[in-house]
Amino acid sequence: MKKALLLLFLSVFLTKMHAQDYFPINESVHNKNNNYTVFTNATIYVTPNQKIEKGTLLIQDGKIVSVGTNIAIPKNSITINLEGKTIYPSFIDLYTTFGIEKPKRNLTGGRRDASYDTKRVGFYWNESIRPETNSYESFTYDQPKADELLKAGFGVVSTHIADGVAQGTGALIALNNTDDKNRIISNKLTNHFAFTKSALTNQAYPSSLMGMMALLRQMYLDLDWYKKGNAENKDLSLEALANNEKLIQIFATEDKLNSLRAAKIAKEFGLNYILKGSGNEFERIEEIKNTNAKFIIPISFPEAYDVSNPYQSNQIELADMRFWNQAPTNLKVLSDNGVVFALTTDKLKKIEDFRTNLLKAIKLGFDKTKALEALTTIPASILGKSNEIGSLKAGCFANFVITSGEIFDEKTILFENWVQGSKFVINDINGKDIRGNYDLTIGKDTYKWKIEGTAEAPKSDLTTADAKKIKSTFSVAKNWISLLVKPADTIKSNYTRLTGFIEKPEILSGKAVLSNGEETQWTAVRTSAFIAIKDTLKPEKPIAIMPTTYPNVAFGDSKKLTAQTLLFKNATVWTNEKEGILTETDVLIKNGKIAAVGKNLSDATATVVDAKGKHITSGIIDEHSHIAISKGVNESGHNSTAEVTIQDVVNSEDINIYRDLAGGVTISQLLHGSANPIGGRSAIVKWKWGAAPEDMLYKNQPKFIKFALGENVKQANWGIDNPTRFPQTRMGVEQVFIDYFQRAKEYDESWKKFKANSKKEKAPRVDLEMETLAEILNKERFITCHSYVESEILMLMNVAEKFNFNVNTFTHILEGYKVADKMKAHGVGASTFSDWWAYKFEVNDAIPFNGPIMHNAGVVVAYNSDDAEMSRRLNQEAAKAVKYGNIPEEEAWKFVTLNPAKLLHIDDKVGSIKMGKDADVVLWSDNPLSIYAKAEKTIIEGVVYFDIEKDAEKQAAITKERNILIGQMLQEKNKGGQTQTPTKKEKKEYHCDTLEE
Amino acid sequence: MINKNIYNLLLVFCASVQLNAQQIPAQKQTKSVLILNATAHLGNGKVIENSAIGFKDGKLTLVADATIIRLADNAFDTTINAAGKHVYPGFISPNSTLGLVEIDAVKSSDDEAEIGDFNPNVRSIIAYNSESKVIETVRPNGVLIAQITPRGGRISGTSSVVQLDAWSWSDAILKENDGIHLNFPATFKRGGNWFEPGIIEPNKDYIKQVEEVNTFLINAKAYSGAAPKERNLILEATKGLFDGTQILYVHADEEKQIIDAIQLAKDNGIQKLVVVGGFEAYKSADLLKKNNVGVLLRRVHDMPTSDDEDVNLPYKMAKILTDKGIIVGLENSGDHERMSVRNLPFLAGTCAAFGLDKETALQLITSNTSQLLGIDALCGTLETGKDATLFISEGDALDMRTNQLSTAFIQGREINLETHQTKLNKKFKQKFNQQ
Repeated sequence: MKKALLLLFLSVFLTKMHAQDYFPINESVHNKNNNYTVFTNATIYVTPNQKIEKGTLLIQDGKIVSVGTNIAIPKNSITINLEGKTIYPSFIDLYTTFGIEKPKRNLTGGRRDASYDTKRVGFYWNESIRPETNSYESFTYDQPKADELLKAGFGVVSTHIADGVAQGTGALIALNNTDDKNRIISNKLTNHFAFTKSALTNQAYPSSLMGMMALLRQMYLDLDWYKKGNAENKDLSLEALANNEKLIQIFATEDKLNSLRAAKIAKEFGLNYILKGSGNEFERIEEIKNTNAKFIIPISFPEAYDVSNPYQSNQIELADMRFWNQAPTNLKVLSDNGVVFALTTDKLKKIEDFRTNLLKAIKLGFDKTKALEALTTIPASILGKSNEIGSLKAGCFANFVITSGEIFDEKTILFENWVQGSKFVINDINGKDIRGNYDLTIGKDTYKWKIEGTAEAPKSDLTTADAKKIKSTFSVAKNWISLLVKPADTIKSNYTRLTGFIEKPEILSGKAVLSNGEETQWTAVRTSAFIAIKDTLKPEKPIAIMPTTYPNVAFGDSKKLTAQTLLFKNATVWTNEKEGILTETDVLIKNGKIAAVGKNLSDATATVVDAKGKHITSGIIDEHSHIAISKGVNESGHNSTAEVTIQDVVNSEDINIYRDLAGGVTISQLLHGSANPIGGRSAIVKWKWGAAPEDMLYKNQPKFIKFALGENVKQANWGIDNPTRFPQTRMGVEQVFIDYFQRAKEYDESWKKFKANSKKEKAPRVDLEMETLAEILNKERFITCHSYVESEILMLMNVAEKFNFNVNTFTHILEGYKVADKMKAHGVGASTFSDWWAYKFEVNDAIPFNGPIMHNAGVVVAYNSDDAEMSRRLNQEAAKAVKYGNIPEEEAWKFVTLNPAKLLHIDDKVGSIKMGKDADVVLWSDNPLSIYAKAEKTIIEGVVYFDIEKDAEKQAAITKERNILIGQMLQEKNKGGQTQTPTKKEKKEYHCDTLEE
Repeated sequence: MINKNIYNLLLVFCASVQLNAQQIPAQKQTKSVLILNATAHLGNGKVIENSAIGFKDGKLTLVADATIIRLADNAFDTTINAAGKHVYPGFISPNSTLGLVEIDAVKSSDDEAEIGDFNPNVRSIIAYNSESKVIETVRPNGVLIAQITPRGGRISGTSSVVQLDAWSWSDAILKENDGIHLNFPATFKRGGNWFEPGIIEPNKDYIKQVEEVNTFLINAKAYSGAAPKERNLILEATKGLFDGTQILYVHADEEKQIIDAIQLAKDNGIQKLVVVGGFEAYKSADLLKKNNVGVLLRRVHDMPTSDDEDVNLPYKMAKILTDKGIIVGLENSGDHERMSVRNLPFLAGTCAAFGLDKETALQLITSNTSQLLGIDALCGTLETGKDATLFISEGDALDMRTNQLSTAFIQGREINLETHQTKLNKKFKQKFNQQ
């Protein structure tokens, strides 16, 4: 025992002595400790895959000198016998904000008085780009947090300031509690990015996720341009970015789809991001795997919902309940798919949950060796520090954990965590197991004393000889027992205090101080040893894991759907071609295309569908939709945002996709909102429910951009008292367009000149916004423009004509009927609402006859939704052209099918039932224009994405699965597991004028 | 080519329509009218294929089968031959803010919500703008009656039922102060703020808020019992709730709210209760039926409230409730609620598409609503003795394609179906015709 104490003292003494050689010493004399410490007889994991039995580990001066079985032990060694114990390399956490104060949002500003220009001088124009920030400069060692991490087995963490889009550099910190000079292993090792706006800025841009994507691209383009010496100004941000290029680039994505988005940027710019994920990677594992990126994965699994109140549990959505069930399998899924990843404590409520959660994941099949790799060799290798950390090879830092056995065994006790040769005690390695039943005697009194719990943290239960419970407080530390006893037979509040040093567990004894202050002896004789109850029970069966669906929400499919060969017999077919509406006609769908339309068709391989009395049309095309968009439909931070694109932010998991399919919609144009005169680029998508975002994008799609006019762009209804953003009138809107097109023209000319010039002068700056606008001038990109009143409609057509291009589509266009002749002459189409009005001042003259008048004037007219709800019954909206304008049914139907296809320049492939076109087809129960019509099957490229019968089965399955999950959660609660209050995330339904923030 | 023909056709069509000044309320009925041979949809579930519908002095005097009934030649002053056409009772839009707001985004045109929590004394009728341009656009689709309802607060105020062709609010009244509107406390609420939108979580104050309502009702009841020394306008305004002359409209969607509301009404001796919204009413259908509580069902052209729900659940809801024996009317509050009052018939049509038979679907916007608003003695069906508030449509009025009104009557007065929108239509068709 005395030896152990001495050792303890020595090790503290020895570690205290570290200091840089050249630092002045004023408190004593030079005292460098060159002693060795040697750990013998241990099972040593040099790496997760290299295990030494009965091994020796020799360390000196914070580093590993040698490791093996046949080690020469120098004379000046302190030997620690670790017989029966195991040594592992300490863990590494690549992603923390350890020792960094979270930047606080400045609440004096806000959206309503956002600023547009930067307040910084000499840095990048956008304040969310802060690569010049170095975390080590504001780092202070956080000892309580370090203790938590050390207890969990971590020895080294990477830290950074999690603020902004480009966040600056991260440092690598050793959790060395005693030596502050050596803690910083590397001051600039990582370079951090995220899709988060800086809390330190009032700048409006970027207000959306797509804005952040565009900002990153522009930043990289500017970096390249700056590096080549093309800039005339000094930009400290870009210089820092250039200097940090060689660092490890870490991108915090916080979501599986965001990981795909970051990977997309990495691919475009040839970057190698390490992606810090969120824990939901398993939901899109195929795409995650295909990024070929390395990941940092958190394991903060959600708590079960408290579902005991059915009125509350009703509100929890299946996807959230299912995520609770499935999240612990994420690591196994990633590992099974060969994704290389490190683990992080990020997002955990308490660091101590790390081990609990990891063990849970292991129980669900995550390989233990992989787990160890993910905490040691993989993070070390990602950081390029394999020779310093993550293993116990000679030359590495002496960072290791001593355990009672296999580290991921539930019963294993973590004793010590050594970092840079400095010891941190987690549990007393010499602690004695005193669990058992004792007869306790204090003076004359006798008690029954039961000590149970775990060996390293025992609990006590004290009763009188006749089994009356007695209040007591018990603790054991460094083999010293402390017990406070409140005697059962008094009402006095004075305690009897017992202390004693554990010599041997069979007989415990020590000094007792009675409530009256008298001192006496106590002894406790063990009558029987402790038997763990748990060991006698069968191991708990893990809960059933729900299968992942595509997407992993309600109504997802258990596997990705495939194209079918389908033969519809005897339907009424609305061809949208010169054949018109054909009765008693067959339609054959094969290889994703419409293979034949006619009478008496047959195909041996086809599934035959009796469509007698039913109607077949091409799928509905919604020219103006805002569903399935992640984090912001408007980039409202600038008045022109041609650089942003909705294609970056398609959200494949949105239930509105399925709802649209249920309404017969197969294609939508997802438009940027109408907050700016020049909005962002569009995404034309096919609603392939279950597919990943990139796979939903219409192939080789024509390029579109959203423009806007009127009240929204002049911020008329934003409630701003002192506007600072130009324009605030329709007069200003025209000037914005003229200015931007003029600049785009000059931009385009300067590039053309540069490319033609053989001498190659300084290259112009690549400006994504100008590139986009130049595409319009070069007739490579079409405009869909949000518009209402006559004056502004004419204005934009005039501006376009001055710059020698045509506006492709006016959307909303509720006063189009007033200028239908001029629209026809200009050649612009119209995508409008059937009957909306009265919601803003500028729609006072909106009339339901608008579509018909424009149509009759020869303008291509479509009806669109701009609304998640209405888009699922656009067939009804088309019928309003019949009602208000007496448009023949065949033509009215084209308002939601062929005409939008024409406006989108995709009518070569979709928009009608014609041999060779894409099999984007809907089977209706009735005339599709009738209020009584229901979509029974919605097919895209031969794949049945909505089927009314299968839908009923899905509903039944949802009810069933909810019940199973609720049962599991109740069980979890009964077991005493942590639960959370039922909540649900608010889902934003975007409209044109929805502002993010 | 096809387009051009239609164009010409339309020109002929519109040239034949008179350009009337708009929104001049029709004069009192002086000549009796007989509508003959139309398919009459009575609004109570019955249909007369070949009907004779007659009215005098604003009231229906004849609702009969034309193939059976015998009429003297001069029994009616005017006869409209409506063979092949359809006659319907005027549709009723409950829980409406027609005439309270003209343009959604223009604050100065908005008179729908007063500040404060308990405002039963606030009366919508006096702010009702019978000259609203929105009102004239709902009539051509068959909506002829509306319950003008205030919004906001815990008790928003008192509603009144109006007919939609009047010189002023006082002329428009069908039933003044028909009921009081209680926005029942929500069991869930949204957390967070604008820069960090929160999650939807249980409302921790729910019990407290329900108790506030209870306390209010206890006081109101106590006040209604005796002649007070000092008048209290707020409590006085609720008197009708306790003597059965006024209805308590409880705006609530969640099951728990509905159960608590029914209990609260019972405890406080409230005679008549109607649930407005009632999206989860189907979960407490037995309780509603037992207590004779009807539902003015939330806009059925709305999204399901959860990702997990049947995507068509809103469309099926009326059928589910009807099958359980609940009296259901359709209401239309929500985004763009005033301008979309004209789509009320199509809400009913959608309910028919998803399970209800068409005549039962019709009841959702006619007899059921009139019953729930307590105006069934006046309107809601084509039955003798009731107001002659009805219209003739070229076809099925619940379907957009065939909802084409040729004539409409409110209390026997033939109303003008023109609007500023039809005027603009004509104006610009004329413009292009001249070119």
